[in-house]
Amino acid sequence: MTPPNLIHRRAVSAALACLLLSACSKKTEPSAATTSASSASAAVEAAKPAGPLKIAFAYVGPVGDAGWTFAHDRGRKEVEAEFGSKVTTAFVENVPESADAERVMRDLVDQGNTLIFGTTFGYMEPMLKVATEAKSVRFEHATGYKTGANLRTYDARTYEGAYMAGVIAGGVTKSNKLGVVGSIPIPEVIRNIDSFTLGARSVNPKITTHVVWVNKWFDPPKEGEAAQALLNQGADVLMQNTDSSAVLQTAEKAGKFGFGWDSNMSKFGPKAHLGSAIINWGPYYKQAVKEALDGSWKTGKTWWGVKEGAIDLVGLSDQVSAEAKAKIEQIKAGLKDGSFSIWKGPIVDQSGKEVLKAGETADDKFLSGINFYIKGVEGKIPTSG
Amino acid sequence: MNLNELALLFAASINSGTPIALAALGLLINERSGVLNLGAEGLMLVAAVTGFATAVHTHSDFLALLAGVAAGAVLALFFALLVIYLNTNQYATGLALSLFGAGFSAFVGVPYASESLGERTQFTLPGLSKLPVLGPALFSFHPLVYLTVLLSLAFSWFLFRARSGLVLRAIGESPESAHALGYPVRRIRVSAVMAGGALCGLAGAYVSVVYTPLWIEGMIAGKGWIALALTAFATWRPARVLLGAYLFGGVTMLQLHLQGQGVNLPIQLLTALPYLATILVLVLISRNSAWIRSNMPAALGKPFHPGA
Amino acid sequence: MLRLEPRVEASRAMSVASPLIALLLTLVIAVLLFVALGKDPLQGLSMFFVEPLKSTRGLSELSIKTAPLLLIALGLCVCFRSNLWNIGAEGQFILGAIGASGVAIRATESSSGALLIVASLCGTLCGMAWAAVVAYLRSRYNANEILVSLMLVYVAEQLLSYVVSGPWKDPQGYNFPQTVTFLDAVRVPQLIEGTRANVGILLALGLVVVVWVFLFRTHAGYRLEVGGLSPLAARYAGFSQKSALWTALLLSGALAGLAGALEATGPVGQLTTHLPLGYGFGAIIVAFVGRLNPFGATLAAVLMSLLYIGGEMSQSRLGLPKSLTYVFQGLLLFLLLACDTFTTHRLRFGKPRVALRSPPGQAAPPPGSEEGVP
Repeated sequence: MTPPNLIHRRAVSAALACLLLSACSKKTEPSAATTSASSASAAVEAAKPAGPLKIAFAYVGPVGDAGWTFAHDRGRKEVEAEFGSKVTTAFVENVPESADAERVMRDLVDQGNTLIFGTTFGYMEPMLKVATEAKSVRFEHATGYKTGANLRTYDARTYEGAYMAGVIAGGVTKSNKLGVVGSIPIPEVIRNIDSFTLGARSVNPKITTHVVWVNKWFDPPKEGEAAQALLNQGADVLMQNTDSSAVLQTAEKAGKFGFGWDSNMSKFGPKAHLGSAIINWGPYYKQAVKEALDGSWKTGKTWWGVKEGAIDLVGLSDQVSAEAKAKIEQIKAGLKDGSFSIWKGPIVDQSGKEVLKAGETADDKFLSGINFYIKGVEGKIPTSG
Repeated sequence: MNLNELALLFAASINSGTPIALAALGLLINERSGVLNLGAEGLMLVAAVTGFATAVHTHSDFLALLAGVAAGAVLALFFALLVIYLNTNQYATGLALSLFGAGFSAFVGVPYASESLGERTQFTLPGLSKLPVLGPALFSFHPLVYLTVLLSLAFSWFLFRARSGLVLRAIGESPESAHALGYPVRRIRVSAVMAGGALCGLAGAYVSVVYTPLWIEGMIAGKGWIALALTAFATWRPARVLLGAYLFGGVTMLQLHLQGQGVNLPIQLLTALPYLATILVLVLISRNSAWIRSNMPAALGKPFHPGA
Repeated sequence: MLRLEPRVEASRAMSVASPLIALLLTLVIAVLLFVALGKDPLQGLSMFFVEPLKSTRGLSELSIKTAPLLLIALGLCVCFRSNLWNIGAEGQFILGAIGASGVAIRATESSSGALLIVASLCGTLCGMAWAAVVAYLRSRYNANEILVSLMLVYVAEQLLSYVVSGPWKDPQGYNFPQTVTFLDAVRVPQLIEGTRANVGILLALGLVVVVWVFLFRTHAGYRLEVGGLSPLAARYAGFSQKSALWTALLLSGALAGLAGALEATGPVGQLTTHLPLGYGFGAIIVAFVGRLNPFGATLAAVLMSLLYIGGEMSQSRLGLPKSLTYVFQGLLLFLLLACDTFTTHRLRFGKPRVALRSPPGQAAPPPGSEEGVP
């Protein structure tokens, strides 16, 4: 190919290079603050602009995913409905958990947002970095573990939903084999698998849980294939920790059962759907906005469940016996008034070792670090090294 | 693993391999005429979203699949005009199609991401599907699966027994000779590319309407590229394409099955298996350069200039 | 009747004009799209092409996107000119990131800046090694490099997932699949304080000159070029096809690996499964729009980065879907390829002046049957 006229292009490139060189200073990047803020840090006082509070949400997936992001967006809409003209909300979807996230966060700050929600773990480092620079902006990070003076974390006790689903699954299954399509083998997911099994075993001590990992949060074709593999091995009730409705749809096609996850997925599998373990981010978002509006917002970690209205099992179908439905109501009431604990000993892990003694109740620290399968779950957790 | 589980695994492999087989058969027709279409992935994605959208609006699977076929054919026509009449570089144009198709399908599909298609019919051959073992293994498939097998047989016959198939192959080997004999090389190539595109479109629509009745960006997840590899390592023969596709589907389902059984190999290794297997087979069949030369259409990827 | 007639010699004017015409046409279609979506077209265009350039921060963000795209595209220019279709640059990019991270996670408080150099070298070598697999399989077994390099992208993704889920996982990281965040000693030095711009862009610009010299001023580059244009001529001249294969692929792998290393130790600062962003594929467009010329690739890389960043901004500020960026990128390449035809052909009206002579013993094909039917 004949090279185009080079002189013109060389001049432009040289100009570009000069531009960058002229602003050059060799310093290393400031290291991100990694210490968790002291709990006694004062409330973050944002410069109060006249006008509504500008809130922004960064989503990792599309709002139409009918799963994780859909649930967050539902929460956002509830905020709009509740606070009306006192707030304006905006969102950016499909923000990847990579170097791009930082740019999006900064752009949101630049646009004047003073309360920013990052709805996935992978935004942790970018949010931390931007938070140390934009000290008057409040940052909220979902499912993370690093905080700062103006960055706090929030999460939902999805394991409570998983437990309740397990209670139903244990009653419905005929083959006594349950299947879970797992996303990524992090503690949250392992905890959900264990809680599901605990719930099932509480009504049916014979069940076993089989797990297939797709190594992604969201990959409908793969999720469907994983579900098929589980069904082929005899599982007749499926649970998932992934974000699409493919697992439920596969169960529907095969005439077996499944649950919705994150959001109500009953329309994707009308015959197969037993219930959906959903997350209501509304209550927490409304609380956070209220605090931002009245100035009481301060850093910390929040982990809400059924008690605060963040977790629920909805859409229970007619396949679920009246007995089971009553038991679910009982569990919910017990979680609400604190009289019932899911992770209460004696609990034994796969190898037979007792991880919780009789009568002992797990605290949040224990729950955060679960990286073992309990008895009843088949296979090994795919950790390597 | 008992016999019943084996039968189910077999059936799952066939299901998983069908879209790849369909796309590969389409690409085979393309490549036999001498045109390499690297845009298969983009074609399949656009067809998938078109098919899904049609299914949502018309509630008819048949129309949806037809829409996918049409989308594939139209895009392929566009590709063909560029590559055959304007003689643009086949590799680059194909890549552009892939990238454009990915973006366009994502763009158009935004409003469909939370739609569902309602109740799906379970296809079974009456009586036969109730047979033990053989029933689930062989007789419980969606009609398209059987169609794929028939297509493969039809293509084998067409390519190697029919006169028009011979002409097609001749154009793929030496378009100059075919041109000298008076055949409208470029017109035949365009038809071949469109037919190939139609099949890729069918494959794409199958994925979004039948296999995983959902739409999500990028849901073809590399099946188009696998199909491209498949035509090469099946040495451009329809029957081998079918086998290769089912093999690929088999390895995919097997690794999921092994996980469910609790086999303790790193999941990443298991997930990478199908791709590693593809490389291995590619190497094995390409080894003998004489054999590859005698099997690959000689004019594949080269532009044709009539009168040049 | 319209038809295309081959030119005697490729038109230089069209060669330069064609990317510009393609860009112009893309802009026209963009405006139409914006209008169809109900957005102000001027605002849309400005979001894509003007906003990112308005501030220092915008420029610095541009530079950290341009650097990896440019580095990979440089390698692809060399490969494509040699008629080697290295579609798997993304995989080599990933290996580069893995290689650099393997060194970076071993940094301690007392590590010197030299460790960064080691990490970058390691990344470069890993990228080279991954490309070497492709070169070996092609040279020894004739395996098609398009397919092999592409399959290796998927394998590289799994390898990345493996190392961050297992051996290199952050022990304090609550079991999340990622490494520790790298210490300052192994982070790429910043260029402009307060921004993310780092010296990677300078490195890339420097390599633009190096690659240009290699391609157009060295004998090795000349051999590659001839080999790409006419393998028979190259063989006749005694140029080794194998050595061309290895040179091009190793160089390309090294550059992609370096890009990966810089991405991991630069803007990201750790290794996670989210590191690959598709630069390996975007760089293909950059190489083509840049006419496979290092300086052209520089401008094209800036253009592509504008499209990426502008697309992001238009999403958060105008509510436009992110996929629009990829639509524009694909369109740009399509239109470029179409416009390119006019570099080697010209548009003519009427029938061809020279009639096709029929071979002896056969009837002449009917007039207008093959020639010139669009």
